[in-house]
Amino acid sequence: MTKEIVIQSEGLGKQFNDYWAVSDLDLTVKQGEIYGFLGPNGCGKSTTIRMLTGLLTPTTGHISIMGKDVQAHGESLRNRLGYMTQKFSLYESLSVLENLEFVAKIYGLSRNDVKRRVAELLQEYQLEDKKSVQSGALSGGQKQRLALAAAVIHKPELLFLDEPTSAVDPENRRAFWEQLFSLSAQGTTILVSTHYMDEAERCHRLAILEQGVKRADDSPIALMEQLRVSVCEVVGDDVAALKTRLASLPSVISVSQIGARLRVLINKKESQPLALLRAESGGGYEVDFTRTNLEDVFVTSTGRGYAELA
Amino acid sequence: MLSLRRLNAIVSKEFMQLARDRITFAMIVMLPLAQLLLFGYAINTDVRHVSAGIVDFSQTYQSRQLIQTAANTQVVDFIGYYDSIAAAEQAITRAKVNTVLVIPADFVRRQLNRDYQLSGYKVGNSTAQHSVAQWLIDGSDPLLSGAVAGLSKLPISIKRLPMSALPDPAFALQNYFNPEKRSSVNIIPGLIAIILTMTMILFTSSALVREREQGNMEFLITTPVRPTELMLGKILPYILVGFIQMAIILFLGHWLFDVPLNFDMPSLLIVTLLFITASLTLGLLISTKAKNQLQAMQMTVFVLLPAILLSGFMFPFAAMPRAAQYLAEILPATHYVRSIRAVVLRGAHFSDLYFDLLCLVAFSVIGFMIATMRFKKRLD
Ligand SMILES: Nc1ncnc2c1ncn2[C@@H]1O[C@H](COP(=O)(O)OP(=O)(O)O)[C@@H](O)[C@H]1O
Ligand SMILES: [Mg+2]
Repeated sequence: MTKEIVIQSEGLGKQFNDYWAVSDLDLTVKQGEIYGFLGPNGCGKSTTIRMLTGLLTPTTGHISIMGKDVQAHGESLRNRLGYMTQKFSLYESLSVLENLEFVAKIYGLSRNDVKRRVAELLQEYQLEDKKSVQSGALSGGQKQRLALAAAVIHKPELLFLDEPTSAVDPENRRAFWEQLFSLSAQGTTILVSTHYMDEAERCHRLAILEQGVKRADDSPIALMEQLRVSVCEVVGDDVAALKTRLASLPSVISVSQIGARLRVLINKKESQPLALLRAESGGGYEVDFTRTNLEDVFVTSTGRGYAELA
Repeated sequence: MLSLRRLNAIVSKEFMQLARDRITFAMIVMLPLAQLLLFGYAINTDVRHVSAGIVDFSQTYQSRQLIQTAANTQVVDFIGYYDSIAAAEQAITRAKVNTVLVIPADFVRRQLNRDYQLSGYKVGNSTAQHSVAQWLIDGSDPLLSGAVAGLSKLPISIKRLPMSALPDPAFALQNYFNPEKRSSVNIIPGLIAIILTMTMILFTSSALVREREQGNMEFLITTPVRPTELMLGKILPYILVGFIQMAIILFLGHWLFDVPLNFDMPSLLIVTLLFITASLTLGLLISTKAKNQLQAMQMTVFVLLPAILLSGFMFPFAAMPRAAQYLAEILPATHYVRSIRAVVLRGAHFSDLYFDLLCLVAFSVIGFMIATMRFKKRLD
């Protein structure tokens, strides 16, 4: 069964003054997917999400959400979209309960539905015991749960989450992703931006952005399989000194130190990567292939890595 | 079109935020209180106790009597004696005194001549009346010099002529509505206009800007909320606030300054309601234009100053040049100062004020429409 396309954009671009924050972005997001935007700060994640939600007018390109043109029919989509902004955007002086009731009423829920739905969300997002606390006084994780609860109060079919976990500890982040999976299982399409690799790895599909340009777009596993480098590990004493030597080799794309190890990415065009490393490092070092991870994908898709492999 | 449920959600949210924002809450009550005391007590156009000096070349019983008569009016307080005109002029220049009473050496003779003339005698071959003494006045403040100039009409006479023999003014004056001529009676109803202009515009001008600055707007505009609902929801709570402020000023004004309270209540409420909505929509208009709260504040001041200076609150409307009068007509405050004085001081009915009220309705409707049209559910 082919899934319905929920977000489709072609040639999407946004220019601020004379700076292109996003350029020539083609996206296809299917129903029920968790689609990730991975990229460093300032790469255009928020700008893209704002264009997709109809808050910013694209300079170029076209967006269709659930078959409708966002520019022309944005308002009719409001009840079907949810948006969790990067910065906490509920009212700090209102309590958790008051905020949720406000949002429920704004989405036009009836008096009974407001009560029922808010109680349900307080339960589901573990905010029951915090319901009378002013939201300005909540912790990062609680604020984020509140914001997510507010974003899904009207059971949207499509949910935009802009760096939802940036102020949240790892434990809460895991719990948060459980909630996303459960929403996704119920059929909600989710577009989430992040700069954490471990989060990106959980997405069904991933777009890597750099300076407003999409560098890669596929499932995390496919991205790792398509990697155009060999990933090797060098273990031994004083790897720090070795690091600069290895980095200067023409076929070495990147060297990073992790404790007493060096993780070395070598262009796939080099047919004997281990031999090359052994020759360069001399004796006393253990050299072998190692498992690829998403960070390798990121390193080779952006910055110098991208340029050297191009 | 309009969802009452959403409107209600926004109004109750505004009330909750208002009740929890201590500074705004204090401003609602403290601002009218402070301004009332300031304007009621400090700004007083009934001039009294002007510092005055004396140069008495006559040094007679009669000259001392003249000084006493002048002091008894309480318009001047004599605080310095000078022995030459030059010294007196210097005292005025240095602002030690604002005015100096100069009594010439031949004061008694001049006074006698005047008395004879007034009683119909001919003295010498002159028929001209001569002054008997002189006030040197620092004319830089017209209000002050005007009050002292009034002293030139002091009825004085040595021979104790009957009052009927003293010169009559050409006109008889009859003061309606404020027989004691206290300026606070005129200032305090006008003060309602100024305070409402200040607070109403200030509150709404920052209303949308604050939501935008604090990031709430980005979420709000992705919901199905309509601009009309958002705008109305921002205005409605402050109508109540405006009425509370009006009540504080009127009742304290009555209690502290005896401002009369025998007006027609429906007229007061209608006139004030229209002014409040006009000011609130003006604030909303600013809110759709200002980029941040500082800009909103600056634009508010930009409206507030002409409201204070041109509305007739400070200076009589009739005395302003034509151009300023036209400018004043496009300020809601001008129409309100006129109508509230009519209602509170002269017991007017709102039907007597239809022109001003129509103007206020026009301001509100047009302002609201422009603000709603200008407000876009977008970030760019
Ligand atoms: N309103 C704006 N005006 C001008 N430049 C902007 C505006 N919004 C974002 N930018 C610029 O666009 C780029 C992308 O920003 P953003 O989308 O917020 O990145 P991200 O969310 O990935 O951190 C940044 O360089 C930022 O400075
Ligand atoms: Mg961002």
